[in-house]
Amino acid sequence: MSVPKLAVWKLASCDGCQLTLLDCEDELLSVAAKVEIAYFLEASSFKGRGPYDLSLIEGSVTTEEDLHRVQHIRRVSKHVVTIGACATAGGIQALRNFADVREFISVVYARPDYIATLEHSTPVSAHVAVDFELRGCPIDKRQLLEVLSAFLAGRRPVIPEESVCVECKERGNPCVMVAHGTPCLGPVTQAGCGALCPAFNRGCFGCFGPLRSANAATLAGLPGVTRTFSDFQEAR
Amino acid sequence: MTHKTIRVGGLSRVEGEGSLFIQARQGRITDVQLNIYEPPRFFEALLRGRAYTEPPDITARICGICPVAYQMSACQALESICDVTVDGPLRDLRLLLYYGEWIESHALHIYLLHAPDFLGYPSGVAMAADHRDLVERGLALKKAGNELVAAVGGRAIHPINVRVGGFYRAPSKRELTPVAERLRRARDAAVATVRWVAGFDFPDIEHDYRFLALTHPGEYAILSGDVATSDGLRFPIADWPSHVVEEHLPHSTALHARLDGVAGYLTGPLARYALNSPQLSGLTRQAAAEIGFGPICRNPYQSIIVRALETLHACDEALRLIDDYIEPDRPFVPAEPRAGIGHGASEAPRGTLYHRYRLDAEGLIAEADIVPPTAQNQARIEDDLRALAEPRLALPTAELAALCERAVRNHDPCISCSAHFLDLHIHHD
Ligand code: SF4
Ligand code: SF4
Repeated sequence: MSVPKLAVWKLASCDGCQLTLLDCEDELLSVAAKVEIAYFLEASSFKGRGPYDLSLIEGSVTTEEDLHRVQHIRRVSKHVVTIGACATAGGIQALRNFADVREFISVVYARPDYIATLEHSTPVSAHVAVDFELRGCPIDKRQLLEVLSAFLAGRRPVIPEESVCVECKERGNPCVMVAHGTPCLGPVTQAGCGALCPAFNRGCFGCFGPLRSANAATLAGLPGVTRTFSDFQEAR
Repeated sequence: MTHKTIRVGGLSRVEGEGSLFIQARQGRITDVQLNIYEPPRFFEALLRGRAYTEPPDITARICGICPVAYQMSACQALESICDVTVDGPLRDLRLLLYYGEWIESHALHIYLLHAPDFLGYPSGVAMAADHRDLVERGLALKKAGNELVAAVGGRAIHPINVRVGGFYRAPSKRELTPVAERLRRARDAAVATVRWVAGFDFPDIEHDYRFLALTHPGEYAILSGDVATSDGLRFPIADWPSHVVEEHLPHSTALHARLDGVAGYLTGPLARYALNSPQLSGLTRQAAAEIGFGPICRNPYQSIIVRALETLHACDEALRLIDDYIEPDRPFVPAEPRAGIGHGASEAPRGTLYHRYRLDAEGLIAEADIVPPTAQNQARIEDDLRALAEPRLALPTAELAALCERAVRNHDPCISCSAHFLDLHIHHD
């Protein structure tokens, strides 16, 4: 059997999700022994040609060029997995979707005519078929390793689709809403981080994205929630 | 050979995406462009109208490699508007978090991105095939940094525990103890790293850099300080806008920072070392002396030595802070917003990172400005490339291109900081 080829791509993003792969300090060399890292610009100057067995995509689609790139990546990859909130949902830069992008350009750049960008920041799945979407800003290291082993073994990754609240209970965190009235998006946010923010006495701000079965209307009725999370009401 | 064009399409082993373009005519370089093709993400625009409490979490997302730097510069700018001072044990905790980021980021660059250039490998992972113990040492060092960031900040990338005024929760002494264990080993690894990289074969190239870095009376500046330059300029951070102007040159694809009207200064490890090296920890100065490393280094290839020394310093100082750590009475100083303008700067692993915010009376952001280190260094990196390539135009193109790519990597450019980069697509009419 030939060694599966892995590619890691980057669109509009912060590098944090692909860095998560390099942050698997204990596993990196054994992962590298099982796959051929054929394309991973941040880590290697070796640029192997496709087709690739697994492509990980970080970042959202915000330019015409990147739109063509995701189509190319899809064509040369057997499996496509998006890593992180940018690639899966559009990311923090999708805040432009609620605004006028031309006005945004003129605020940041002296020569707006030099800038070519799309009006919206969109997830990869808006343009091509995606085999699996990994949540988080950034993604969780253990979940990434699960996705890699699942694809190497030819099975579906086992990633729980429950709320952050469930992880709070598992971890034994007191509920920040009940205990100190801190507004928290935990009830409508997908688990994966291990209920990190509540463990630090802080409300969840939703970096793993919305739960599929979220009951957002009820949460929005609780005191403080829509005031704290200003876009929550509109986006709901 | 009269014309020569060098292109490196996707620069590798740098953070973010960029490309390189050099053109020569009759033995003279006519154009050098380090192109940033990171798509713009408009952070400064999307911050407007949001609460003064949000920039630490939002601006962290500019860069996954140095989120703490963004959080620290943002907090300081906002705290100066709220007229709040974060000092004592809370400031120490911030230092601790920041040292973790320096260790993690420097170890990544030294072992996985930069060293492969000296040993002739395409990547750190490929290098591991022949030098597994070395790469494992580097990964362990990096892990110690990440664990320190996670212990104080909650997680290694985009820590969740930072807020304007301090932290959501101060870690207990017990939570820090296992990190200290690992840091002690990391400190030994850092000493070994200094000795290892000092033995590399360095091209004999020096540039007459104009350095810029923060400087602080009490420490090798990382968290705060005044701005200082190697030609004797010194000013408080609030004066930044009157000294540093970002210009959008008509035929350039990037914003070039000018310091008092002159482009091409350098910020980052070489600058910090040249301006502040007497303040490095005793152990670090000893390690520098042992390898015969002077107080100023102008060889960009040797920036790997400076990063190794700074890693050692960070391990050493972090251990001291953990030993002396007493849990603060409260995790943060309350910060009430008011209308005003605030400036903040800190030393990201790649250099001085400046933030400015204007708040209205409700504490909503009216204006934000962020100047990342790589935007400041870009013009200087292009000067390095020009000086490197011109006398070597006779080399085969592929060889020269590889040399140029190495020269870019010397400065560990972090192209993800596209908050402020232009590249992009020039309109051809
Ligand atoms: S999802 Fe978050 S961590 Fe991942 S690339 Fe986007 S901004 Fe960075
Ligand atoms: S608690 Fe919420 S915001 Fe915090 S890390 Fe988890 S998902 Fe992200």
